[in-house]
Amino acid sequence: MLNVENLTVHFPIGRGLLVRAVDGVSFTVSKGETLGLVGESGCGKSTTGRAILRLIPTTAGSVAFDGRDVLSASNTELHELRRRMQMVFQDPFASLSPRLTVGKIVAEPLEIHNVGANAAERRDRVTELLSAVGMPVGAANRYPHEFSGGQRQRIGIARALALNPEFLVLDEPVSALDISVRAQVVNLLADLQQQRGISYLFIGHDLSLIRHAAQRVAVMYLGRIVEIAPAAALYSNPRHPYTRSLLASAPIPDPSRRRERAPLEGDPPSPVNMPSGCRFRNRCPFAQPVCAERDPELIQIDGVAGHHSACHFARELPVWSPLESYLPQG
Amino acid sequence: MESLEKFFALDFVQNAIPCLIVALLAWALIRARREPLWAEAYRRLGRNPVAVAAIVVIGIYGLVAFLDSIGTTDKVSQDRTTVIDRLFEMPKEKTYSAPFASMTTGEPKPSALKAPGRHIMGTDGVGADVFYRTLKGARTAFIISGLTTLIITPVGLILGLIAGYYGKFWDDIIQYVYTVISSIPGILMQIALVLVLGKGIWQICIALGAARWVGMCRLIRGETLKHRDREYVRAAKALGVSDLRILLRHILPNLLPVIIITVTLGFSGLALSEAILSYLGIGVDASMGSWGNMIDSARDELAREPVIWWNLTSASIALFVLVLAFQTLGDALRDAIDPRLRS
Repeated sequence: MLNVENLTVHFPIGRGLLVRAVDGVSFTVSKGETLGLVGESGCGKSTTGRAILRLIPTTAGSVAFDGRDVLSASNTELHELRRRMQMVFQDPFASLSPRLTVGKIVAEPLEIHNVGANAAERRDRVTELLSAVGMPVGAANRYPHEFSGGQRQRIGIARALALNPEFLVLDEPVSALDISVRAQVVNLLADLQQQRGISYLFIGHDLSLIRHAAQRVAVMYLGRIVEIAPAAALYSNPRHPYTRSLLASAPIPDPSRRRERAPLEGDPPSPVNMPSGCRFRNRCPFAQPVCAERDPELIQIDGVAGHHSACHFARELPVWSPLESYLPQG
Repeated sequence: MESLEKFFALDFVQNAIPCLIVALLAWALIRARREPLWAEAYRRLGRNPVAVAAIVVIGIYGLVAFLDSIGTTDKVSQDRTTVIDRLFEMPKEKTYSAPFASMTTGEPKPSALKAPGRHIMGTDGVGADVFYRTLKGARTAFIISGLTTLIITPVGLILGLIAGYYGKFWDDIIQYVYTVISSIPGILMQIALVLVLGKGIWQICIALGAARWVGMCRLIRGETLKHRDREYVRAAKALGVSDLRILLRHILPNLLPVIIITVTLGFSGLALSEAILSYLGIGVDASMGSWGNMIDSARDELAREPVIWWNLTSASIALFVLVLAFQTLGDALRDAIDPRLRS
């Protein structure tokens, strides 16, 4: 359904320097599927989501939605495409116009896409949408600031759903919410997906959350996808050192079990000035001379369909044990 | 063109315009109450006694200006008599007289007044009641400040929105223009423009507004720049909302508090500038009441014996109180509605 090929977004920052926010990212999302996109902040995951919806200009690559090229679509075509692909934003406090009522916010997509014959019909549709996301009756006449973060995010979801889209970019939809309401919103999204067969690109940095929300997971590091696999395979048998360090740093929700932590050292290199060869090599415990020379490509991992890792030693890495450090001992 | 002038000379039209303006203002103020943000601002203003006092003072000035705009025109002499004229016009004396005096100050020798003890601020050189002249100045101040505000607000707003929202090329051009304008000394530019455009209310307003839109534009540009990158604007873009609609429906309502505060604070500055232009002798026509004209005449009055202080005092107090009231209200409004000061 969505086919992203070699997507590249570079931001010029003057003096001929470039921030390579997204640097050749390729993936597909099929109908009714959720692809999780994880990585630490600044790795380009949100930029990828925005570039797919053409909210920011792209440098190179292609995005095909249902066979139609998004990046070169004319304004009318793009307007049509926007009905079918929408976005849920990270910060529910910033993503709703503070001076519009909830009803007006949710009705806006209907108005600009001429859905519904008249105001009354649109009002009915708004009521229906708000109840579909579990908002109380009467919310339409109130202002966003009267609601909690979780409720606001539901409003944002209702707005994104207004035009019956087939694909949604979820840009860290729950990371700004309290832990207690995260599950509710994630479950709401899952229910909506079941009812309506929507595809999601679920962007996030919480690995345990993505595990429950996504069927396939792509791990990004410094503008590249370093590993992409079905969720079960990625979590049970990660084949990239970066994925392993991410998994190792995730907390275990069981106080009686301890893990030898092997936190990543240092910060990711600047996306302006990348290391040669593999981008992860200066933080990688397995780095070899070859890593500085050749940029690793995504290679197929034997045994699991759709499991790819961009590591020269993807096939040779030791067996992964989630409770132990992956570092070579001694 | 001539028929248009005739139309605007009609009593009915001349009285309808100020009524319409007052009705519009009242409507806007009442409607704003329904918006939660403004309802909250009203409550905060109501709790602030200084703000209430400022509003009352401005209300009194406004009432005087309004009553001075309502009147009838004499069929024969074509003289217009306003409500203020009827209430406060006094018989003309021969020359200067002190407040509450019963005799003129001299020239060549003191003579009895027609209305002894009833000129509360005395009379001026041609024998007109100073208090009445001061009241007449309110309308001029409101007309000049109001018209200039009406000119500069749309200009500053539109250019500021364009510069802030589109950035790049448009931003460069607009910033260049207003930087050049703000580098010219304001008073010099006003004088030059009045001399080029000629005398008249519109000409004065244009001269005053020529440099004043810059402040508004700069402010709106910055605020727009801030809102442009907010997620709600990005969300609107993702929905396919047009730029115009984003600007008008999403960004503009968020700028409204800032605009209202700026207009309120700028209003008194304009009244002051009008007085300065009149003081320099290039302001409104002498037949129109103007505090600047009154202050101007004080230059030689202060050198006389006895000193004629009431003309200057009366106009200065009127100007001072109006400016103070608007500044106070502007500050109170800022406290009450500025979103930057709120969580």
